[in-house]
Order: sequence, then structure tokens, then C-alpha cells
Amino acid sequence: MSLTFTLDGKTIPFEDGQTIIQAAGKAGVFIPHLCYHPEFKPHGSCKLCTVKVNGRHTASCTMRAMPGMVVESDTEEINAERRALTQMLFVEGNHFCPSCEKSGNCQLQATAYHLGMMSPHYDHFFPNRPVDASHPEVLLDFNRCILCSLCVRASRDVDGKNVFALSGRGIKTHLIVNARSGQLGDTDFTLADKAAQVCPVGVILRKRQGFAVPIGERKYDKAPIAETVTEGK
Amino acid sequence: MALNTMHAEAVAGVVDRVVARYRRDPSNMVQILREIQESCDWISPEAIDRLQSTLGVPRTKIEGVAGFYSFFYTEPRGRYRVLFSDNITDRMLGNRALMERLCNNLWVERGKVSEDGLVSVGKTACTGMCDQGPALLINNTAMAALTAERIDEIAELIRNKLPLSEWPAAFFKVEDNIRRADILLNADFKPGEALLAGRARAPDEGLMASNMRSWREGLPSGMGGPIAVLDEIKRAGLRGRGGAGFTTGMKWEACRNAQLKAGYQRIIVCNADEGEPGTFKDRVLLSTCADLVFEGMTVAAYAVGATKGFVYLRGEYRYLLDHLNAVLARRRREKLLGENILGIPGADFDIDIHVGAGAYICGEESALIESLEGKRGTPRNRPPFPVTNGYLDQPTIVNNVETFAAAAMIALKGGDWYAGIGTRHSTGTKILSVSGDCERPGIYEYPFGVSIRQVLADCGARDTQAVQVSGPSGICLAEAEFDRIIGFEDIPTSGAFTVFDKTRDMFEVARNYVHFFQHESCGFCTPCRVGTSLLKNLMNKLHYGAGSPYDFSEIEKLNQLLQSMSHCGLGHTACNPVLDTIAKFRPAYEKRMNQQDFTPAFDLDRALSAARQMTGRDDAAAHLANAHGGEA
Repeated sequence: MSLTFTLDGKTIPFEDGQTIIQAAGKAGVFIPHLCYHPEFKPHGSCKLCTVKVNGRHTASCTMRAMPGMVVESDTEEINAERRALTQMLFVEGNHFCPSCEKSGNCQLQATAYHLGMMSPHYDHFFPNRPVDASHPEVLLDFNRCILCSLCVRASRDVDGKNVFALSGRGIKTHLIVNARSGQLGDTDFTLADKAAQVCPVGVILRKRQGFAVPIGERKYDKAPIAETVTEGK
Repeated sequence: MALNTMHAEAVAGVVDRVVARYRRDPSNMVQILREIQESCDWISPEAIDRLQSTLGVPRTKIEGVAGFYSFFYTEPRGRYRVLFSDNITDRMLGNRALMERLCNNLWVERGKVSEDGLVSVGKTACTGMCDQGPALLINNTAMAALTAERIDEIAELIRNKLPLSEWPAAFFKVEDNIRRADILLNADFKPGEALLAGRARAPDEGLMASNMRSWREGLPSGMGGPIAVLDEIKRAGLRGRGGAGFTTGMKWEACRNAQLKAGYQRIIVCNADEGEPGTFKDRVLLSTCADLVFEGMTVAAYAVGATKGFVYLRGEYRYLLDHLNAVLARRRREKLLGENILGIPGADFDIDIHVGAGAYICGEESALIESLEGKRGTPRNRPPFPVTNGYLDQPTIVNNVETFAAAAMIALKGGDWYAGIGTRHSTGTKILSVSGDCERPGIYEYPFGVSIRQVLADCGARDTQAVQVSGPSGICLAEAEFDRIIGFEDIPTSGAFTVFDKTRDMFEVARNYVHFFQHESCGFCTPCRVGTSLLKNLMNKLHYGAGSPYDFSEIEKLNQLLQSMSHCGLGHTACNPVLDTIAKFRPAYEKRMNQQDFTPAFDLDRALSAARQMTGRDDAAAHLANAHGGEA
């Protein structure tokens, strides 16, 4: 007998051990997310993928699907909460979409559009986060870091390098690199690393590639994020 | 010459010694970093270099851990590192003026290191000395009952560079202040008795052998002694004393029934990370009844078949470490710990003490386990729960200090005896940490069911405006609620009982608590990391007189978001102090709601204060007319 749960009234099949977001993705249903990536162990920190399971809030990237679960996701209430979280991420860092090379390819920006975010709402924190241009091929712009830890997981679990980690605590949490100097140029990081491919925002940028694809012809310019991000793509 | 410069070889020597003592095991990272800092005053890049090569872990991991804990310094903070406890009770006792006095005395700016690199003065969250504040930590050693004279003496000793070990012992005296003792603090108990009594509960017929077998074999069901002990815990109706009140018998049983993989063992963890501001009962339990606590842990080990135990002692209680290790050593000599306990073959259990490093979040059981494993103390995704997948993925029980003390007494005197104390839903006693506006702050152990009014009368509180029970994450009670009772059926508590008389400004109390949560948020999840900062900014905005009804509704919305979206209890409860005080002490807020319409939090005149400080000017021409009329 096949296992199913319902997501916003729709019946979703799943396999034993799958999380809600995995099963939803397989079934072509988009749940907003930032720190989740189908190729990596879920982290559960951004909380964008929060859904209600039998009336209780839970992160769908870490919650395993169970037969008969009643899951709500695309509701006004939950989307408002997700929008607030997205606004929090915008004011926590320094995000200036018009001048960002990642604009149009950025998951944070696309998610904000998806959720109908019209303004940052909260007061900006304007943190001081110097960029790191020490690496010959890659620029690190920490201003845009949302602490999703995808590069941390990719470097550790796929590249076997531990180039990245989170340090600090609370609002002072920040990304660090594996060098005494604190500079990416002093690590063994390369463009071929998986960690170079996974940043959902504009922190890890390839040098000399700026605006190679014009704005207007980029990934999320062509199709909104809900249509592009599903399992395995 | 800067006092913080140690030769690289000397640092390497310290690192090698510490790493060797911890068997080159990176899961001891927090302990290794702590000991390195105790020897070197900070964790220098040279120390990290050496750690990296001797432990064989990436630098990112070491720096990630070092950066998480407040008491670890990856930049020099002086040979003397002074941190004033900044709980609301310390503030009420004038800690700010004392900190100012010390700074002036030593010519050092608050939060900075003195120019000669000798000393730094800063503040930290509640250090668990609320009954004898104001308090501070110097190089992580506690000092209480501070006075202006004592501050001057401290400054003198620092200026003379006298090593801390040569300071007068009286400076480090911590009182127990036990005002009311009951079955735990007045326990009729000799070390070993509870274990013997538990073992004796095994049915006679042919089950002596099973007492031995059950411990050794990880407890198949139906075994005599351990089953009998667990039954007594269940019969007693014991619930966790850390605040959440989970049924202890259920937790122990789940751990015992958890499948044990090859090479794994069951683990008993005593949570002594007593970080809730206003709580200090575990400090007193550990200083006066350590045997009872360790025996309770051993009883738990006996009941569930565990072989390894940890006490996670908060960094602020580092001063108790030698005492606790001495008690453990004595228990080993007396065959109450170690191999073949009480002569039972295979009855092996021992306890290690891990010292925390200034992170309230590590009181959350899964964050505590992460920290025990030498990692950043962020709460885990659950399920799975620690009882099945805890320390190094092994079945683990985490209980509060007081829970273990109670468990020892239950093993000794039986579940029925215990269940006869307290109320129907809350059996036994509860130890309250009473502080604030009262004549006799200290430790009060009551049978459950005692009313707030009774406690207030006993501690000599007068003109009481409010009582904060369970600290910032708990509940704020106004006068009309003083007939409510301490117990799981009404007001569950981990034990903090902070009294505020009618002269206190409840808005400032709430603001202090909000600052606490912002400082202690681990930063893992978005809502708590950013939300607690937003909340702090809103409270500051009210404080500065720029608040409007708009800000009230923002606080309300943030609260809902934190409650529904946060990863753990810290985020869920971070708004409690604000919501409670708004509901019950609204005038304290109204007074600050100077604006009818939205007003920006930014105040140009206040922003210019840095410029005024730099130019040494504070005359009228250096000020703009203050638009908000609030204090700058």
C-alpha cells in the first residue's frame, strides 16, 4: 500500500524516510526554502519552509512525512510569517539588489518576490561586513550572507575540505574560512569545489563574470522560483 | 611589552599538555579550549595552529566553537578579565555604579582592554549570585557581595599585578543562604545508602544474580533491582525540575528501552547549566549536597543500565569544580563510582565534569549535548530525542541537578513516601531561588503547593509589586495573583523567584530580560537570531521615548512570529517578559509612549554622542534640540 499525506488538500505520496519538503518536491509542489538543498543533509535553520502539521508549526525540511499527516503550507497565515522572515534576512545583512551581480539568480530575491514582499519593513541593521577579494578566482561578499550553511555543508560533506564554517553567536553569527589569515586566498578553495556552486545568494561570486548574462534574462527573470525549484533540479 | 604575549613554544607546550590530558579527543573541544585559556589568558592564533595539528581537526571547527561561547576569547582581553553580572537584581543593587568605579579606578573603558593590556572590564548575564549581589567574575572565578570598598581593593590588587591565587580567600566567599530546608537540603542520607536501598528492593527469589546481569547486559526486561528502582521513581510521580516538568520515569524508561548498538553505552547527564537569570539553587545543591546529586545519577545509571555520566557545570560555577572533583574522587575510593560499584560485578559507572563557557542556550538539553561533544551549542533538530540518540548518538538521559537529588531520596525512601509530599499533580518539594526586594534572599525548599504569598511572607518581602517566577522565560505575577501556587498544575518553575517592590519600574525589568535573550540567542534560526535583536531595538526605542502605539503592535507581531517559527524554547519564550508586563503593568509602558504617531527610532542627537565623546565636548552647542525629549 502506498503512503500518502495531504498538503493543502492535495494527496502527496511519499516513501518511508522522506521529509515533507522532499515528498512535496517530488510531487511538484513548491515550499519556499533557503537553507534546504536536495543534495545535502537538511539544516532546518532558515525556517522559510515552515508548514503546519496537524495544526503545529514545524520545518518541512527536517520533519519526516507520516501517513495521514494534514499539512498546510500555501496559506495566508504561513506566507505572512515567511514574508516576515524574509524581511528579517533582508535587514540583517546588506542587500542591494539593483547593484548585485546575483540579481535575477538569487534565491532570496526570488523568494521575496514569490511571497509578495514589497518592503523590508523592519529597520536595517547595516552591519559592517568587509568583502574578501583575496582569492584569484572568487570574491566573497559577506554582506549578503544569510547563514544558510550550504557552503559549509558542501565543503565539508562533498569537497572534504572544511573551507567554511559558522562562528560567533546570535546576531554576531558569521561565516569564516579555513585560514589563519581569515582570507579565502589562503585556503585550498577552488572554483571546481561544490561549495562554489551552492550559495543561494550573492556571497560566493566568480570573478570576471559580472553581468555576463544581462538582467532580465536570468533564471528567475524567466520563471518565478515556484516553477523552477523542485526536487532534483 | 604586552602582557598577553606568550612565546609560541610556551603556548604549544600548554596546548600539548591539555590535548594529551583529554586523550586527543576532539569531542572534548570545549574543555580543551577552556583549559588553554586558563593557562594562556586567551586562545591565540598560535594556540589554534597547534590545536589544529595535534587534534587533527580543521581550523574552521576550532574557531567556530571558540567563537560561540562568551567566555572564550580569540583576542587578548587582559591578564585580569572582569565581567560584572548584569541581571536585573544586580542592577537593583547598583552594579552599574560599581562597574563605573572599577573602570575609573583602572583607567579602562567599559568593554575594552586597558592600554597596557593588563585588564578588561565588561558585563555578562546573571552569574547565579542574585541572593548576594552585586557579583562579578574575574577570570571566570565568582565574587559576590561587592561593595565600593571591595571594588577599590580589587583595583589595587590588579594594579599590583598580584596573581589571583594570592588574593584574599574572603573575596571569593560564596554563601549558601539556605533559609528553608526540607527533604533534599535537609536530607537524612549517607553516601551509598540510596544505592544499597535501591538494590535491596530487588525481589529475593533468585534475582541477586540478575542484579549483576542486568547492569552488565544493558538491562533486559524483568530484572530485579533496576526495575524496582524505576518503579519507585514512577510511583513517586517525579517530574523534571528544570522547568519543563517531563515525567522522569518515562524518560528513564525510554532510555532504558532504546536499542543499544554495538560498542555504544547509555549516558546519564546532569544539567547544571543553571543559566536562567534569578536561579541559583543548583549552585547550592552542588556545594552542599553534591553526594546526593551524584548518587542520584548513579541510581539513574543503575535503573537504566548506563555506564557513563557527565555533569555539565555552567562556566560561572567553575569555582565549584575542585570541590566536585574531590567528592567524585572520594566516591571512587568508597566504591560508589568506578568499576564494580558496591562490589557488584559489572556495575560500572563513572562521572566526568564538563564546564561550560558562557552560553545560556546550553541549558537546552540537545544544545547541551552538542556542547558536551565539543561543538557549538545549537539545539538539534528533533526527533530523534536524546533518550534514543543523545551524546555521540547514544541513548542519553538529561536531567536537572535537583531531579537527581530527588531520585536519590526516592531510591532511599521509596516512591510512596515521596508521593505523600506536595500536591496530587506535583509530588515532592521544589527549591526556590529567592532574590530581589526582600529581607532574606536565598534558598527556600517547600513542598509543592506553596502560595506566592507564603513565599513572600517568609522571605520578608514588603510592598511587593510583582514576582517574576522562573526567570525571563517564565511568568510575571502581579499582586492579584499572589494566591496562586507553585506546582505543575498552576505555576511550574525551575526555581527562580525574583521579587520587585513598588519602587521598581517593570518596563526596565522587561527590557533587561529582552537584552538577555538577544545576547543569548544562539543565532541558528532566523526568527530568534533577528527577532530578538528587533525586539531589543523596539524596547530601546520605548526607553528613549520614541515609542508609539505602532511599536506596541510590532512587539505583538514579533511575539507571534517567534512563538510559531523559532527552533527552540529560547525563541518561543523571548517575548514573555514583554507580553506579561504589558498585560499587567501597562502604565509603565504608557509612560514611555510619548508619541501618538510612528516616530523613527533614530535620534540624531543621540547618534552624535560618539562625536561629543571624541571631541570632549558636552556643551549646549554640541547638542541638537532633542526631538523625543527622552534621556540621551
